[in-house]
Amino acid sequence: MPSWLNRSQLLLMATLAVVGIAQSLSGRLDSYILSVAMGVGINIILASSLNLINGFTGQFSLGHAGFMAVGAYTAAVLTGRLAPQWSPLFGGQVFLLFPAALIVGGIVAALAGALVGAPSLRLKGDYLAIVTLGFGEIIKVIFQNLEFVGGAKGLNGIPDYSNLLWVFGTAAITVYTVWALLNSSYGRGFLAVADDEIAAEAMGLNTTRYKMVAFVVGAFFAGIAGGLFAHLNNSINPSGFDFNKSIEIVVMVILGGMGRHIGVILAAILLTVLTEMLREFGDYRMVIYSVLLILLMLTRPQGLFIWPTRKAARRQNA
Amino acid sequence: MNKTGLQLQQVTIRFGGLTAVSQVSAEIHPGELAGLIGPNGAGKTTVFNLITGVYAPTEGNITFGGAPLAGLKPFEITSRGIARTFQNIRLFGSLSVFDNVRVAFHLHLKQGVFPSLARGPSFHREERQLAEQTRQLLDIFQLDRVRDEPAKSLPYGDQRRLEIVRALATQPQLLLLDEPAAGMNPAEKVELMKLIQFIQDRYKLAILLVEHDMKVVMGICQRIHVLEYGRKIAEGTPSEVRENPAVISAYLGQQPDAAPVQS
Amino acid sequence: MTELLQQVINGLSMGAIYALIALGYTMVYGVLRFINFAHSDVFMLGAFVAYYTARAFGRWGFVMGGYLGGIAILLLSMTACAVVGIVIERLAYRPLRRRSTLTVLITAIGVSLLLQNGGQLVFGVNPKAFPDIFPSSTLNLGGLVINSNQLVVLGVAIALLSALHWIVQHTRIGTAMRAVSFNATAASLVGIDTNRIISFTFGMGSALAGAGGVLYAMNYPSIEPLMGNSPGLKAFIAAVLGGIGSLPGAALGGMLLGFVETGVSGTRWSTFRDAIAFAILIGILLFRPAGLLGRNRVEKV
Ligand SMILES: Nc1ncnc2c1ncn2[C@@H]1O[C@H](COP(=O)(O)OP(=O)(O)O)[C@@H](O)[C@H]1O
Ligand SMILES: [Mg+2]
Repeated sequence: MPSWLNRSQLLLMATLAVVGIAQSLSGRLDSYILSVAMGVGINIILASSLNLINGFTGQFSLGHAGFMAVGAYTAAVLTGRLAPQWSPLFGGQVFLLFPAALIVGGIVAALAGALVGAPSLRLKGDYLAIVTLGFGEIIKVIFQNLEFVGGAKGLNGIPDYSNLLWVFGTAAITVYTVWALLNSSYGRGFLAVADDEIAAEAMGLNTTRYKMVAFVVGAFFAGIAGGLFAHLNNSINPSGFDFNKSIEIVVMVILGGMGRHIGVILAAILLTVLTEMLREFGDYRMVIYSVLLILLMLTRPQGLFIWPTRKAARRQNA
Repeated sequence: MNKTGLQLQQVTIRFGGLTAVSQVSAEIHPGELAGLIGPNGAGKTTVFNLITGVYAPTEGNITFGGAPLAGLKPFEITSRGIARTFQNIRLFGSLSVFDNVRVAFHLHLKQGVFPSLARGPSFHREERQLAEQTRQLLDIFQLDRVRDEPAKSLPYGDQRRLEIVRALATQPQLLLLDEPAAGMNPAEKVELMKLIQFIQDRYKLAILLVEHDMKVVMGICQRIHVLEYGRKIAEGTPSEVRENPAVISAYLGQQPDAAPVQS
Repeated sequence: MTELLQQVINGLSMGAIYALIALGYTMVYGVLRFINFAHSDVFMLGAFVAYYTARAFGRWGFVMGGYLGGIAILLLSMTACAVVGIVIERLAYRPLRRRSTLTVLITAIGVSLLLQNGGQLVFGVNPKAFPDIFPSSTLNLGGLVINSNQLVVLGVAIALLSALHWIVQHTRIGTAMRAVSFNATAASLVGIDTNRIISFTFGMGSALAGAGGVLYAMNYPSIEPLMGNSPGLKAFIAAVLGGIGSLPGAALGGMLLGFVETGVSGTRWSTFRDAIAFAILIGILLFRPAGLLGRNRVEKV
């Protein structure tokens, strides 16, 4: 094996290969299962990217759905409305056009992240939470008032380009990015900022810059997740990206144990599947969800997936 | 640090009605081991916070190497070559001992976001170098044996020493130590002071030391600054300060070396 | 001119309601340092309690439409909300006293979701017409049209604000409350039973929110389980605007926000109402985080 390829990168490639195989077999899968699986993948992207902001860097963003919305709308407009103009650039090939649209969506979301991050970073704790919540809602209101993208009704007829390969490929890349970012001397700075900002500054870390990087990278992947979601669901509207969606993602991060890679992935899987199962309960679904949430905070605020005995060791490889 | 060192000129800070530091002037010369003493609440920690940019002075100027520090963020001041420890320990509690130190090399890192992702050969080379430098620093303070423990699980004395190691990793020219020996027994204290003299010599540091134990301060400091109620009441060599009536009365009329150890 | 006066009156009555809710946010923040997300849903419950009591009163043949009946309904709602507030604190927040802000905040969000979704189950999702619980008439003063309900809103709000001011400034328990919000540890060291004070604070804040809910419903005569979201948000912003933790600040912030909102509605920006409120919030937090009447505190290092 070439020396510049380390274990994590090999793991990433192996995952991508497995996803590729799964995709080629997906024709035989039940379409409901397939869409739930993709929902899982999208939530892994959302939760892992928010984990960088809220878990590892110790910030408290409640606006992740807003970044998702920006990416979703951007990508949907690119593959729908603007496709005639620029899809020829890609020879009309979906496998080129779609990722390009996703990435542009991610970049626009990252810009939104910078915009939100810049002023918010002076705030802490619940104040930061409220301001990011506010930005998320402002983004929603802006889309509601943009007739170009359907106003409150949103966009319909978005092509269903999302598939297992795109979704889980992106999920793998997201997880790798967050992992690799943290597992370096540079990246340990995120954890230091989370532990003690004043000490981090005193050790020469530009804490504002770290928080900014976390926001921008987190928003970028949330934007891509939004694009994938739009092309899975075929329709999007502003209220789908409201405060409740942000909370859903925050809950995954908390359940997963805040700043734990695997825990957060497991939580994303668990919650997506649980939400599907709760559909049976119809009107009671959200009531059950909220009761579970409260009970969880009261009994296991440290998350569901903590193995105490191996805690120290896990921190080491976090 | 060039010839001019650290200079405080008529520095004052008020918190609401309280003047915590009042018209303090002082100079710390390059390579000097200076002491900062005074009763509890005299404003010693506040002086450190002013120097490192945690607080901005209400009045007065602070310069380092001739350049004013006003308006700089704490991390920029650190990048000018001033590092510190905290009286109420502020380690990165959930990080390992090793990571606490390695993070503090930040100012001298070449890597950033993209190298961390690409993890090419130069990234790995730098990580290996840092690991080695970190190990050496930890070794001086005999902390290498606990390198994988989370910092918050260390005994108190080790935490204080780790704070010094971490500050050294920023490669400062001036090191501010805020009661580094607090909570240690006399033997540990002597040990620590030897180490402080050792690193001062080895890294050609200027050190400003806050410490309550007069014997210790008198023993190792070349120059001592005395604060009381935010004002500077004396400055001089240990023997000058020891004889100074204002200093004696500040310590309740006791012999300075009989002053109680305060937290 | 009359139009301006009209706006002033609308702004005042809206602002008074925001002020009542904002006080609850600010009092709880004062003693516990967290944002009680469920506060706006207690507000909603206040309106529903009034709705069902008014119907029950009607069925039992109580005199409806008199001022006494209205006041009775208002007091009942306030009491019910106070109880709900105290129970929520007891069951959901007290066990988390030493936990991180994040845990408490998420719990509060959980409680809020529970009240909203539980409300949708119990009360139904469709808006209900809110009855006239006070005698309602329209006064026409030289072109100036005032609904008597607006005057009731103002009157009740002023009465409650004065009562609160009196309690906080002139009673033992009010003094204890101020002590706890100044420094909870020190307060408990001098023998103040902080848990009791916190319960009391929740009770009072929730009662005010309940009153706010009833008054709001009187002016916007339809209610539904999610009705708390938007006014709750505005009230929270009002609390921050005034300086969270400061009671006069909350009242001032509420009034200001009421005016801004009446000013915006009727213009082409009205669909951006919530966004504008948030923009104000963000602006304040960035440029004057302590709010208009709050005090800045420097973190001790
Ligand atoms: N952030 C702050 N806000 C208010 N008062 C402060 C702050 N920081 C320090 N003080 C006050 O300044 C005075 C000096 O404190 P400090 O510098 O910690 O003393 P020392 O380190 O000499 O014991 C004390 O009265 C302390 O309470
Ligand atoms: Mg001190």
